[in-house]
Amino acid sequence: MQLQDTPAEADFRRRLREWLGKTLPELPPPPDPSDWPGRRAFDTQWQRRLFDAGYAGIHWPVDAGGRGASPSEHLIFLEETEHAGAPYVGASFVGLLHAGPTIAAEGSPDQRARFLPPILRGDEIWCQGFSEPGAGSDLAALRTKAVRDGDSYVVSGSKIWTSHAEVADWCELLVRTDPDAPKHKGITWLAMNMDAPGVTVRPLRTLAGTTEFAELFLDEVRIPVANRVGEENDGWRVTMVTLSFERGTAFASEAVACRREVRELARVARAEGAWDDLELRRALAALSAEFAALWRLVQWNVSEASADGVPGAGGSVFKLRFSEARQRLYDLAARVVGADALVEGAWTAQRLQGLSYTIAAGTSQIQRNIVAQRILGLPKGR
Amino acid sequence: MHFQLTEDQRALQAGLREVLTRHEPDWAELAEVGLFTLRVPEERDGIGLGLPEAVLAFEEAGRALVRGPLVGTELAATLGRGTAEFVAVPARGPLLVPHLPELSCLLLRERDGSVTVVPAGAIHARPARAVDPQRPLWELTGPPPEGERCTDAEAARLTAEGTLLTAALQCGLAARALAEAVRHAGRREQFGQPIGAFQAVQHLCADMLARAELARVAVYAAAVSADAEEIAGAKLLADEAAVHNARDCLQVHGGMGFTWEAPVHLLLKRAWAWEQAVADRDSCLDALAGHL
Repeated sequence: MQLQDTPAEADFRRRLREWLGKTLPELPPPPDPSDWPGRRAFDTQWQRRLFDAGYAGIHWPVDAGGRGASPSEHLIFLEETEHAGAPYVGASFVGLLHAGPTIAAEGSPDQRARFLPPILRGDEIWCQGFSEPGAGSDLAALRTKAVRDGDSYVVSGSKIWTSHAEVADWCELLVRTDPDAPKHKGITWLAMNMDAPGVTVRPLRTLAGTTEFAELFLDEVRIPVANRVGEENDGWRVTMVTLSFERGTAFASEAVACRREVRELARVARAEGAWDDLELRRALAALSAEFAALWRLVQWNVSEASADGVPGAGGSVFKLRFSEARQRLYDLAARVVGADALVEGAWTAQRLQGLSYTIAAGTSQIQRNIVAQRILGLPKGR
Repeated sequence: MHFQLTEDQRALQAGLREVLTRHEPDWAELAEVGLFTLRVPEERDGIGLGLPEAVLAFEEAGRALVRGPLVGTELAATLGRGTAEFVAVPARGPLLVPHLPELSCLLLRERDGSVTVVPAGAIHARPARAVDPQRPLWELTGPPPEGERCTDAEAARLTAEGTLLTAALQCGLAARALAEAVRHAGRREQFGQPIGAFQAVQHLCADMLARAELARVAVYAAAVSADAEEIAGAKLLADEAAVHNARDCLQVHGGMGFTWEAPVHLLLKRAWAWEQAVADRDSCLDALAGHL
């Protein structure tokens, strides 16, 4: 049981830190959050720099064009980039963390050659077409239908909560190819070109006033059968292969960010006089302990996954505690800044954005079901 | 970085769990399995292991709800002393010493952080009515007698390690409370099915697991880093896990949980006791705030 870097990891960390120190000052200023084309350009430029320096697809296998880094090195990458204030993965998220690894694991040689290099270089952006208005937590209830017609699937239906849809080139799309099969069995994974005729994107405005995601309307969109990853009706398994891996590290850099935010909030509290409030000071102290422990939990889960190759349900425990702790952090920030919490500003924006954390990527209630049934083995209700 | 138990650590954990859960061990057996000499160097007839191994052992002792002056005796062994309790002078209320007649000395922590080793025989005290029937208490009737003052460095080490070992006991207790709740929820039937099938009960249990897991990892990490700030945070989370899990375990047991016949109340009462032991919630929070 140890928390030290191995010599190879320490060397990796040192080189990465040097590169970040040299590269970050050269970056242009970050774009306005409402400027989607600007955000895409910024995110893809950052991805290109990572690619040129050999840091693209850090956790991808070498034969897929990645660096083949160990899970520990991946964590070091997330930790160091966050510490240095590097840009987030942003619009490259789905490509790098989900669609790309799925194609690397399950795609044909042609599909790997066609899709993987542009993701790593930052040339192509992906979005995720999984959820539907009638299939949120119950994802397998999705109804968007695909009917085979010669060399194409003809797809009709709608998708929702699609982040980066406005600037994406491709969509990883789950469709129902067999309406008569049990609901997990009749699903297929397709790569859909976002420029295909019949695709309509309608941005959704969040309660924070921003358009973080969109609704997709698909009206007889033709998708070549060659764009199917995995077998027909086997899409659920294809999806689960990579979804569990995504959960292991998806929030790791944010856990690092939260430790920084607690210290920043303590600084604000001292400046605003709120630090003299014993109750508030202790609430901040309790949060600092929780975020420190959550970072240790990430390290524990990643070590466990690298030992047996499969991420455990520990990701659900992390997601549950992290999302709730982070919401408490922003509620506490509102107490620290006082009346300013009712005016738009950085902490208020975080507080609004934070309301999604206990909903997105599996609600807290679904996470509790997973923990109770899969880890504790409690029976399913009738 | 490989933040997982080693093979040797797993073997230690499994061996102790076997010994401690087979039957309730007496004090001689605890000494026999090396619970107090894990960190004593081999040349002084100890086992020569480190803080992480001591933490694993104390986690098992907490899971088995072992009674007696565990933490103080382990700390005293590193000083070459016998059976001991580590007692911190509380912010409010009387100075209470558990297991007084069995002690050879008391490690007494003053509010200023200093620690003195006080001979137990010199203490004047009367029995108090302890809420935890397995942790009898004595209340001091006068000021504590003069003792041998530890160096500041030694006092800091004893406080940090005592805090961590108490946190480890709480982790074991939290895991035990979860296991008892899950066992009961899987057996007890209402409305024609086990109550564990009801989402309301499942969510109670899921939160118990989340608390126990986060605390356990925090305690392990603090054992590896031996960092005072990390130890304070680990105690905080371990106390929360133990107290809340024992409380939720009682809730899952329903009316039976409120009786003396079900052993659940013993978990909660011990969690309350260990919550106040060595470093309580407020002192941990103030220590953490000092680092922010």
